[in-house]
Amino acid sequence: MSRYALRFAALGYLAALLVVPVGLVVYRAFEDGVDDFIAAITTPEALHALGLTIIITLIAVPLNTVFGVMCALAIVRRRFRGHGIVNSAVDLPLALSPVVVGLALVLVYGRNGWWGAWLIDNGFQVIYALPGMVLATVFVSLPFVVREVVPVLREIGDEQEQAAATLGASSWQTFWRITLPAIRWGVAYGVVLTTARALGEFGAVSVVSGRIAGRTETMTLHVEERFQAFEVQDAYAASVVLALLAVATLLAMTLVRKDEA
Amino acid sequence: MSSVAQPIAAPRRRRAAPLSLGISTAYLSVIVLIPLAALVLRSLEGGAGAFWEAITDPQAVAALKLTFGISFVVVLINAVAGTVTAWVLVRDSFRGKTIVNALIDLPFALPTIVAGLTLLALYGPRSPIGVNVAYTTAALVLALLFVTLPFVVRTVQPVLLELDRDMEEAAQSLGASSLQTFRRVIFPNLFPAILSGTALGFARALGEFGSVVLISGNQPFKTEVASVYIFGQIESDNVTGAAAVSVVLLVASLGVLLAIGGVRRWATRHDQ
Repeated sequence: MSRYALRFAALGYLAALLVVPVGLVVYRAFEDGVDDFIAAITTPEALHALGLTIIITLIAVPLNTVFGVMCALAIVRRRFRGHGIVNSAVDLPLALSPVVVGLALVLVYGRNGWWGAWLIDNGFQVIYALPGMVLATVFVSLPFVVREVVPVLREIGDEQEQAAATLGASSWQTFWRITLPAIRWGVAYGVVLTTARALGEFGAVSVVSGRIAGRTETMTLHVEERFQAFEVQDAYAASVVLALLAVATLLAMTLVRKDEA
Repeated sequence: MSSVAQPIAAPRRRRAAPLSLGISTAYLSVIVLIPLAALVLRSLEGGAGAFWEAITDPQAVAALKLTFGISFVVVLINAVAGTVTAWVLVRDSFRGKTIVNALIDLPFALPTIVAGLTLLALYGPRSPIGVNVAYTTAALVLALLFVTLPFVVRTVQPVLLELDRDMEEAAQSLGASSLQTFRRVIFPNLFPAILSGTALGFARALGEFGSVVLISGNQPFKTEVASVYIFGQIESDNVTGAAAVSVVLLVASLGVLLAIGGVRRWATRHDQ
């Protein structure tokens, strides 16, 4: 009896908080027919926003993957000064408000920031332009690969790596032949999480982008802009596109977990 | 590098590879550490007095109080709901459990602005079920419940999976009721996981922006949380004030992270 009560409570909570609201938005997006939905997501602004989101993700995810693996190897396999600082600094973006992240970047790379004036004088605008949006996205999605790979590296130990080294493998060979195959599922899971965060980033990008429709507006900013412009139907349509990407992410996560087991 | 006659074990681990370590540190510095240093310095630009004035501004105080209060309530609710959900996912079996399990991660995968919009669609002015909480603190609670839902579930679930059923069976065969078994045997084992999941959720809730910005109405002194306040101050060019309140959030986040580290060390000590 209590088993059913618990099941009912848990599923009811999930339904009220997650399933029904998301389902309703999907319903609302298609309420006036598929044509209206397609019209809403193929406006020049919407298409530009989607393209920009994809470009930013395609830059941020590979950067954070390479860094993540390197950093995880450093944290687990090496002893160096500042080990503790690196280890905690990696977690910081998880706990920081995205607005704070955006502000911090503006204070360094903005016009009145530490390096901003120099960068602009040399023809490189960061804030209110693509580089700033990439920086913000990289910042917020930085921890995922590191956090997924670190426990896997601890788990596998370094005996095989040492064996490879004693048999004459260079560290590069050891990495490609031994370490990477062993951590591949951790890396894959981290990449999926990084991608989801990069596609969905809102607060930090909102601060550094200037939110110019058709220029520095990503898909999430487009949702907000449409909503504030009382074009709720357009906001729903763009949300559905983002929700579909989220569902694809969930599928990828489930598949990676299954293969891992 | 001659790797042929390399001695095994210890020395290899200690030698830092200068290049990859250098790149990692530089990357972390340029993207995370230097901007955060700039933030702290900027907040102190006008001296300690100006910093104090910025964070004791009545509107800032109201926003900070609201943020901490609501975050606390929200993570308490999710500590209970998350534990129940994890329990159902591990111990119960029903059709579609895999789907429900995947759904738990939806708040991680769904953009926060979309989360806010979906909640507003169901619990806002055009609600089909006639519940309208838009622009109230209840709306803030809903949004933060949504985004912090996965934390406790995902920290408790693996512990519950590993938990030895023998202990429970022993307790029951010695005459303990199922409530007693839960309180005396299961709960103490889950407690560190619940605590660290709750703390992670709390840190997340403190800084949440995207999901609350549409649904809360952002009225100063009423429904304006700290991150929305900071955003407003940036927009109205009070960067130093924004930086000061940001530092308060930064310190709170750091505190929570350190506390989680402490909880984990305490938990592993208890394991041994």
